[in-house]
Amino acid sequence: MTSKHLVSIKGVKDGLVFKLDDQCNYDDLLQEMRDKLEKTHQRFLAGPQIHVHLKFGKRPVTEEQKDQIKEIIGRHGNLEIRSIDCVMPNSPGIVQEAAGITVKRGIVRSGQTLHCEGNVLFLGDVNPGGSLTSSGDIYILGSLRGMAHAGASGNEEAIISASHMKPTQLRIGSVISRPPDEWGVEETYMEFAYVQDGKMEIDKIHHLHRVRPDLPPQP
Amino acid sequence: MGEAIVITSGKGGVGKTTTSANIGTALALQGKKVVMVDTDIGLRNLDVVMGLENRIIYDLIDVSDGRCRLAQALIKDKRFEELYLLPAAQTKDKDAITPEKVKKIVGELKKDFEFVIIDCPAGIEQGFKNAVAGADKAIVVTTPENAAVRDADRVIGLLENNGLRGPKLIINRIRQKMLKSGEMLGVDEIVSVLAIDLLGIVPDDEYVIKCANTGEPTVMSPNSRASIAYRNIARRILGDTVPLMRLEDKPGLMTKVKKIFGLG
Ligand SMILES: Nc1ncnc2c1ncn2[C@@H]1O[C@H](COP(=O)(O)OP(=O)(O)O)[C@@H](O)[C@H]1O
Ligand SMILES: [Mg+2]
Repeated sequence: MTSKHLVSIKGVKDGLVFKLDDQCNYDDLLQEMRDKLEKTHQRFLAGPQIHVHLKFGKRPVTEEQKDQIKEIIGRHGNLEIRSIDCVMPNSPGIVQEAAGITVKRGIVRSGQTLHCEGNVLFLGDVNPGGSLTSSGDIYILGSLRGMAHAGASGNEEAIISASHMKPTQLRIGSVISRPPDEWGVEETYMEFAYVQDGKMEIDKIHHLHRVRPDLPPQP
Repeated sequence: MGEAIVITSGKGGVGKTTTSANIGTALALQGKKVVMVDTDIGLRNLDVVMGLENRIIYDLIDVSDGRCRLAQALIKDKRFEELYLLPAAQTKDKDAITPEKVKKIVGELKKDFEFVIIDCPAGIEQGFKNAVAGADKAIVVTTPENAAVRDADRVIGLLENNGLRGPKLIINRIRQKMLKSGEMLGVDEIVSVLAIDLLGIVPDDEYVIKCANTGEPTVMSPNSRASIAYRNIARRILGDTVPLMRLEDKPGLMTKVKKIFGLG
């Protein structure tokens, strides 16, 4: 192993930023992390609670790899991970993952399906005949003209919101709604759909906090 | 090295063949060396629209199966300096040729021609794959109807999967009256859904049908509105900036006269 800095630690206002080299071998990265925390920086890191922000750079990291780093940092009781900046592996469309939201962009065209795990912010349009599905919430900055399915693995707490909503069909968990027939409106702007008492409802986005006081999701 | 452009749509009957014939002819009128390739095997009709049906001896399948040389199958349109047609086979079906073979033939044609215009069959299966295989660019044709726009959207996605990024859009058969009354999807609405560049709009024009029956491509007439629209499209393909056609009917002489006399 070289003595190049694979892990650089910088102090910021609310804690420490760990910048992790994104080119090197992952095991080397882990090793240097251990060395830094257990040897060179041990004294520096002892003491009161410190917030840590991890920045993986351009390296695509798996959940397993994240857990390895978390485990090393977790050994130091005074370090608390507040945020992780990284790209997911094998997903070229992803811009970034921050605060528990996956950001994607593009156009979901007729015949295409885009599936995401967790909450998704989609920058673009979902066209008629296209579908966007996610296990969490769906936020669309664009037009939803096709189908959206939030909480796809059964979470009826999930919501679907869009700048422009003119969907062919909406699904949340196992609740299905055909908005034009059921809501009496052809299209809406800046609204979101949610499930209440087993029925789908829509409301203005500025009322979102009433339905989901926990939003935005915390890391 | 020329450029191969596939004309496609997903839905049938929206005007792929009409567009292929007219773009091919308009480019030839501009002095370009053009060949049109009909890949709608089993339902060929580019030859009929061009009025060249009776000159067919060999076809695309004959070339791919090695029954003739490529040059032997090309029909020269004698009305123009440099316009040729490679007809489809009428008696075979779409499986009679593969995308690889089409690609090879189109590649050969690109060596000799400035433009290779490929007329694609309807659908998204084998025939579509054959047609797009050798293309460098794509033009998607739609009409102002939901089903046609939906299919165009599907095709744009498939073209992108095939590496044909940034296809251009032609909206065909626009009827001014229905547009005004809101009975027809608007140009802006279609463009905003499909989110690709608009290459041109073509009015619904009875003259197109008349021409299809006489075997004279519409663009050969200098006056019809569809003819002007196709000429504009050809010029845009050649890189000219031509404003979109005004959809309003020009006030006729009588209305002008009436206006002068305060009667209109
Ligand atoms: N702009 C137009 N105005 C009037 N009729 C048209 C126009 N474009 C196409 N047509 C007619 O529509 C029919 C289908 O056109 P065609 O080009 O054969 O479609 P495709 O190749 O997509 O199946 C033909 O009868 C044609 O004459
Ligand atoms: Mg046709």
